[in-house]
Amino acid sequence: MTAEKPSLRRVINESGIEIKPLYTQDDVIASGGTEMIGLPGEYPFTRGIHPTMYRKQPWTMRQYAGFGNPQDTNNRFKFLIDNGQTGLNVAFDLPSQIGLDSDDPAAEGEVGRVGMSVDTLADMEIAFAGIDLEKITVSLTINGSATVMIAMYLAMAEKRGYDISKLRGTAQNDILKEFIGRGTWIFPVDASIKLVADTVEYCAKHAPKYSPVSVCGYHIRDSGADPVQEMAYAFNIACAYIDSALARGLDIDEFAGRLSFNFNIFGNLFEQVAKFRAARGLWAKIVKERYHPKKPSSMGLRMIAGGGGGGLTFEQPENNIVRTAYYALISALSGTQTMALCSYDEAYTIPTEYSARISLRTMQILIEEMGLADTVDPLAGSYYVETLTNQMRQKMVEAMDDVDARGGIVKLVAEGWIQAQVSSQAYNMAKKLESGEFRKVGFNCYRVEEEEKQVEFHPYDESDARRQIDSLNAVRARRDKAQVDAALARIEADARAEVNVMPAIMEAVKTYATVGEITKTLVNVYGRYREPIRF
Amino acid sequence: MTQSDRKIRVLIAKPGLDGHDHGAKVVVRALVDAGFEVIYTGLRQTPEMVCAAAVEEGVDVIGLSSMAGSHLPFCRKLAVLMKDNGLKDKLWIIGGNLPAPDHAVLREIGLHGIFPTGAKFADIASFIRENVR
Repeated sequence: MTAEKPSLRRVINESGIEIKPLYTQDDVIASGGTEMIGLPGEYPFTRGIHPTMYRKQPWTMRQYAGFGNPQDTNNRFKFLIDNGQTGLNVAFDLPSQIGLDSDDPAAEGEVGRVGMSVDTLADMEIAFAGIDLEKITVSLTINGSATVMIAMYLAMAEKRGYDISKLRGTAQNDILKEFIGRGTWIFPVDASIKLVADTVEYCAKHAPKYSPVSVCGYHIRDSGADPVQEMAYAFNIACAYIDSALARGLDIDEFAGRLSFNFNIFGNLFEQVAKFRAARGLWAKIVKERYHPKKPSSMGLRMIAGGGGGGLTFEQPENNIVRTAYYALISALSGTQTMALCSYDEAYTIPTEYSARISLRTMQILIEEMGLADTVDPLAGSYYVETLTNQMRQKMVEAMDDVDARGGIVKLVAEGWIQAQVSSQAYNMAKKLESGEFRKVGFNCYRVEEEEKQVEFHPYDESDARRQIDSLNAVRARRDKAQVDAALARIEADARAEVNVMPAIMEAVKTYATVGEITKTLVNVYGRYREPIRF
Repeated sequence: MTQSDRKIRVLIAKPGLDGHDHGAKVVVRALVDAGFEVIYTGLRQTPEMVCAAAVEEGVDVIGLSSMAGSHLPFCRKLAVLMKDNGLKDKLWIIGGNLPAPDHAVLREIGLHGIFPTGAKFADIASFIRENVR
C-alpha cells in the first residue's frame, strides 16, 4: 500500500502568522534570535517591566464597576474591596462620558444605565466616601470629558486632605481610540489631542504620580482589529500624545513613566502571550530610539489587561466563566500590572455581585493555587513562544510604519481611514465566524437548542435618574452662581488663548460647576467632532 | 415578485449615546454585499434624526443597532414619529444586545424583525427581502 501521508490542516493565527506543528531552536534563530529577550526589569523589558514581577506583588485586581447613582456605585466598590479587590475601575454613564448633565434632554433614558452618573464634584465625593485613596488606587474610565473628571477626582482627593502630588491613580483619557471604537468623543480631533496634552502637562507638574493617560488597544481590538493592529495603532496613538506633550516643552522623563496602556486579551493563548512580550520590547525600543529618555522606567510598558468582552459569547453563557479563566491565565502569563477581568454575563448586562465575585475568585485562584505569581515570565524560552514573539514584533513594526507612511495616525483617524480598516477586519472575522472557518464554541460549533437563558439581568432603575436630577438641582441651588460663572468664563478665555485649561477646570469644579456647563464652554471654543462615514 | 430594478434602500442607524458601532458597521457591509443600498447614519442618533433621515433618503427599511440597553424608550419615541411622518408602512428592524424579555415589547411597539446578538447576516437579508413592502 502506498497511502499518502495524511496532510495536516493549515493553521494561521489571527495575526496572519502560519503556525508550524513543531518549533525548534532553528525557528527562534530564523525569526530574529534571542537578542530581544533580555532580563525582566531591564531594557528591552520583553520579560517584564520589574525584576521580580508578581513574586514581589501580584497584579492589581481592578474590576470595571459602576452603575446608577454615585451611592449605588460606592456600595459596589465597597463590596468588591471587601472581597479582596485591590484597585477600582470606574464605569461612568454615557451622559457623563460625553459631557451632558443628567437633566439634559439628550440624556433621557441613559442616566446611570451603563455606569455611574456624575454631574458635579458632589457626586465624586459620594462615590469615594469611606474609601482610602492611598490604599486603593482608582482608575477612571473616562475619555471625552476626561479633563473634567480628572479635575473632579483630584479636587475630591484634595478636599479629603490627600496631597495630590503623591496621589496615584489613572485616567483612561485616550481620545484617539474613541474615534476608532467606543465613540465617546466630543470635540474635533485636534482640540481633543490638545486637551490630552493639557492633562499630561498638568499632572506632570502637579500630580506626578498620577497616570493621566492609558492608551487603549483594547477597544480597537473589540471593534474588530486583529492583535497586531491593536498594538500597532495603540503605539502610533501613544507616540502622538508623547509628541504633543514634548511640543509643550516637557521632558520625556517627566511623563513617559506615567503613561500606561490598556489591552485586550481574547483570542489564542500563545498568540496573546507573544503579543504582550513582543509589545514590551517594541515599546521600549520605540521610546529609546525616538525620544532618548534617561530613566529606564520611561521605556516600560505598564499595562492593564484581562478584559475581553469581544471574545465572550451570548450563547451558553456559562462557557464564558471558562473563557474568562483562560483570559486571566493569559494575562498572568503576559506579565500585566493590572487585571480587569471581564465577567461571564458581560455579553448581556452589567455584572451582578455574584458574577463579579467569580471573576475576582478566578484571579485569586491563579495566585493562591496555580502558582502564577511565583516566577517571572514562565513561558520564556519556549521555542514556539519566542519565535512567535519575534514574528509578532516584526508585524507590529510593519503595521506602525504603514500608518506613518500614509500620513500618521492623527490624519488617518480624522479621515476615517483607521475606522474603515478596523470595520473591514471586523466584517472579515464575522464572515469567518458565520462560515465556521473560525471556530467559536457554542456559536458555530457545539450548539445546543437554546433554553431559557440563566443570566440575571441587571435592572435599570428609572427612579435613579430622577434622584440624580434632584441632587443635581440641590447642588445648583446651594452653590455660588457668580463664582461658577466667573470660573466658566476663565475656562473659555484660557481655551481661546490656547493655554492649558486644566487649572481653570480645577477651579471650576471646586465651585461645583457641572460637567455639562464646562463641556458647553469648551464646545463654544472648539466646536464638536463630525464623524466621517467611510467604509 | 414585485421587485423593480431599484435596489431596496436600507437605513442603518445607531440610536442613543452609545458609541459601540462594531455591529452596525458589520451589518452595513453585509447588507451592501447582499445587494442592498445602505445608508449609515453614524453615532448618537435621536429618534427625530432617524425619522428625518428615513424620510429624506426615501428608504424602504429602517434598521437600528443597539448595544447599551436604551432600545425600549428610543423605539417608543421613534414609533410615534414614524406614524406622524408617513413611515408606518416601512419595514422596521433592530439588532444588537436585546434581552429576550424585551422582544415581545419591541413587537408591540411596532418592530417587525428582531435580530439579537448571534443573528446571521443571511437571515437579516432574507427577512428584508421577504417582508419589505
